[in-house]
Amino acid sequence: MDRYLKAIPPRAWYVAAGLLLVVYPFLTNDYWIDVANFFGIYAMLGLSLNIIVGYAGLFNLGHAAFYAVGAYTTAIINTTFHVPILWLVPLSALTAAGFAYLIARPILHLRGDYLCIVTIGFGEIVRITLVNNPLGLTGGPNGVLGIGRPSLFGLIIKQPLHFYFLIWAFVLLIVLGTKRLEESRIGRAWNYIREDALAAAAMGIDVARMKLLAFVIGAALAGVAGNIYASKMAVISPDSFTFWESVVMFSIVVLGGVGSIPGILVGTFGMFVLPELFRGFSSARMLVFGAAMIAMMIFRPQGLLPSQRWRRAMVDETVGLPAAGLSKTS
Amino acid sequence: MALLEVENLHIFYGHVHALKGITFHVNEGEMLTLLGANGAGKSTILRAVSGLLRPRQGRIVFDGKDITGLPAHQIVRLGVSHAPEGRKIFPTLTVEENLNLGAYSRWRDRTGVEESRRLVFRLFPRLAERRHQLAGTLSGGEQQMLAISRALMARPRLLLLDEPSLGLAPLLVRAIFKTIKEINAQGVTTLLVEQNARLALKLAHRGSVLETGNIVLSGTARSLLADERVRKAYLGER
Ligand SMILES: Nc1ncnc2c1ncn2[C@@H]1O[C@H](COP(=O)(O)OP(=O)(O)O)[C@@H](O)[C@H]1O
Ligand SMILES: [Mg+2]
Repeated sequence: MDRYLKAIPPRAWYVAAGLLLVVYPFLTNDYWIDVANFFGIYAMLGLSLNIIVGYAGLFNLGHAAFYAVGAYTTAIINTTFHVPILWLVPLSALTAAGFAYLIARPILHLRGDYLCIVTIGFGEIVRITLVNNPLGLTGGPNGVLGIGRPSLFGLIIKQPLHFYFLIWAFVLLIVLGTKRLEESRIGRAWNYIREDALAAAAMGIDVARMKLLAFVIGAALAGVAGNIYASKMAVISPDSFTFWESVVMFSIVVLGGVGSIPGILVGTFGMFVLPELFRGFSSARMLVFGAAMIAMMIFRPQGLLPSQRWRRAMVDETVGLPAAGLSKTS
Repeated sequence: MALLEVENLHIFYGHVHALKGITFHVNEGEMLTLLGANGAGKSTILRAVSGLLRPRQGRIVFDGKDITGLPAHQIVRLGVSHAPEGRKIFPTLTVEENLNLGAYSRWRDRTGVEESRRLVFRLFPRLAERRHQLAGTLSGGEQQMLAISRALMARPRLLLLDEPSLGLAPLLVRAIFKTIKEINAQGVTTLLVEQNARLALKLAHRGSVLETGNIVLSGTARSLLADERVRKAYLGER
């Protein structure tokens, strides 16, 4: 199947995807537009977590915490000081990033599985703190109500259709931004660190700083997603930022293909849109997810649309093609 | 003038006391070889010098500057480059990408990096032919050439080589050692760790013999080649 997919030039893919993106909302109703809206928000979350898990190779199962920090920053400041939602985008990014900086610094030296456990704990601490309503800021279990709507050039964004274009504009920006990042010197450093941190350090890469940077950038983007989510929902509560949310984000990255941007979009589709299509089975949702993850790990551990590096590694190990031929196609 | 001075170096891995007060120096332009059996602590010394391990006690001075406890990435920038044991190349990157990694800290110096690349390809023409090939598909000898080349891409003043002969056919070992000699002759001070004592002593100016974390013998390469104990223990003579 891969061969047929590869035969289509990438530009054709982009044009088709762009066209679909623009015409889609005019072909469906509000319900399906909102499905696409949440797809977009989760795509942002997946892309942001991909920086931490996919690029830097750091297991983070508490990503919902950064999403929550972004959402609550926007919600609290908007409801108390009436600062416009879109002005709060950079602020939400900044608070989530600052939070990640404080949290990640002391724990980044931990090995994969330990880091994973600590991030789970951290995610729960954030959620419980929100429930406990510190200083009367977060509204406890009920959360924050009456969050404002974004407005752009005098247009108040309220209808699903308007949100659709706002959200997907952000997704597009984040896709382009992470693409740039991936190809930059920083992106390459993450790549080396993920493959062999000790060798990377020996070659002059500041491993600790680069890991921290991945956490901070990933968190900042999750904060942006939080801002949009808060204004889309108008109400947020700790229930939206549970461990399950972190699991879904992590699964998006693993399902789609670690480190691959198209993979994240496919993974989001798999994790979010498919269950929506099969709503009838919603009681068995967890079971289906579990079975799907196990099947993935057995049949396609590199994800549905893996990054090129993964693809190379898999071919290299499993088929052992003559290298000269390999290098020409990649 | 000593380019590298190591003084009373102690390294622990948890409770394992791997280096028990090592003192030696490497003069500018010289090649020093560290000999010793498996587990003697040779690789540990290199890891300490390049900043991958933190000494419990002791001092490491490079070019008159105390670098004890400095993180690895800063030490690379000062001009110390480490080709680690077992090569540690990146198998899913191409030869060229591996070389680029070696020049990671020199990203502002494009022309200099280009120059280093040319130098490396001149030293190892086989790498030039295979520059777009995945490093994991290279032969063992070529991977070793790549590991040395990658270390050279940082334009080091001090090159740390950890068992470049490991697992290679004798003919290939000789070819690689010839190139190491050439690199050293061009002014790159070299600290060579080897189990192949005979070849290493033919190449190096001086040598030190390591046994379970202590230096037990030091001298010129010639004197070590003639030494009774070395001949018995490391050159397989009786
Ligand atoms: N990562 C490690 N953890 C624990 N002990 C180690 C580690 N690396 C090396 N050692 C121990 O330190 C000693 C020196 O090892 P090493 O420097 O690798 O020896 P050499 O390079 O001379 O073969 C050995 O006893 C070895 O078992
Ligand atoms: Mg060793």
